[in-house]
Amino acid sequence: MFEWIQHIADWLVYHMLQLEHGEHLSEALNFFIYDSVKILILLVIVIFFMGVVNSYFPVDKVKNFLTWHKLYGLEYLFASLFGVVTPFCSCSSVPLFIGFVRGGIPLGVTFSFLITSPLVNEVAIGLFIGLFGVKTTILYVVSGILLGTISGVILQKLKLERHLTPWVKDLLAKGQKDQNEVDTNPQSLTQRLPSIWDETYNILKGVIPYVLVGIAIGGLMHGYIPEGFFAKHMAADNLFAVPIATLLAIPMYSNAAGILPVVQVLVAKGIPLGTAIAFMMGVVGLSLPEAMLLKKVMTFKLIAIFFSVVALCIIASGYLFNLLL
Amino acid sequence: MNKIVKILGAGCGKCQQLVGVVQEVVAEHQLDVTVEKVEDIAEIMEFNVMTTPALVVDGVVVSKGTIPSKNAVLGFLK
Repeated sequence: MFEWIQHIADWLVYHMLQLEHGEHLSEALNFFIYDSVKILILLVIVIFFMGVVNSYFPVDKVKNFLTWHKLYGLEYLFASLFGVVTPFCSCSSVPLFIGFVRGGIPLGVTFSFLITSPLVNEVAIGLFIGLFGVKTTILYVVSGILLGTISGVILQKLKLERHLTPWVKDLLAKGQKDQNEVDTNPQSLTQRLPSIWDETYNILKGVIPYVLVGIAIGGLMHGYIPEGFFAKHMAADNLFAVPIATLLAIPMYSNAAGILPVVQVLVAKGIPLGTAIAFMMGVVGLSLPEAMLLKKVMTFKLIAIFFSVVALCIIASGYLFNLLL
Repeated sequence: MNKIVKILGAGCGKCQQLVGVVQEVVAEHQLDVTVEKVEDIAEIMEFNVMTTPALVVDGVVVSKGTIPSKNAVLGFLK
């Protein structure tokens, strides 16, 4: 399907720029051009498609749905699924959190949404298909959704409401189940398309620099790190590799767009996929800047518990991936 | 009539971009509006928005979670 891009990359590198086959520079450049074009095309397709889905499930509708429906335990899974189709920028996490809990949605369900959203989203899916293929992508999406669901259930069981900051408790004490206004004006898909396309363009514009830098770093590593370099140190039979990768990832902060091309090279050079995915989930799902934002609504203790539970689930899924693949 | 425009957002990149768009539109069309930036989360929540940046004109939320185009902003402000 993407062979024509390889032809273009070959032509540009070996013909236009007259670089030699098999040299570090030419191979790295070829890899960069091929990957960038392929991934950008996939991103446009996936972001646009998810935009269509999202236009039918705006966040206010999701909130009302979770507030007013009894789902007998399935609400965690639903919140997690909604997290996939609802993109939001990390600075919205506090208003989202308050909006959800003020609407009477249990804390654990709110967490399910917040955990899955950065892990599995249109950008991550587009990149994943481009770098790892459809099968691994499905596995990743399913495990990300389950990770959000299970973490939410565990966090709910821990009864953490008392660890919210005082002003959030005040908000909850007022206890009004507010209904968010939803645009009731039913629009046809053709009427929605212009704004969906605008949003696709905006998202794309925002991630392109990260994608290109990520692929460039990946390209350099690809050309310069010998095959099997990491296999010696981080093989699947090294039991500590997954937890170490996850812990290393927490202080690092990037979105899926920047980190995935690098992860792909790590895998190509011998790091087991599960270990690499645990690392990536740690980078995008748990970050110190996010913790700083959440300090407004959660006490330090709650943030620590939240991060620990998610980190443990990430480590568990890392082991699972290594076992299955 | 002087309109009061509030831009809700805790100060992320997108919120700054929205401030820029609004200021450009106001300058280009010499609109008589007061632009106010709201960063306090408690105040943001009074408008019942869950995604930022949000644009409020005379107390009514007109957009949230996205950066509207200059044309759309002009429509809200007129």
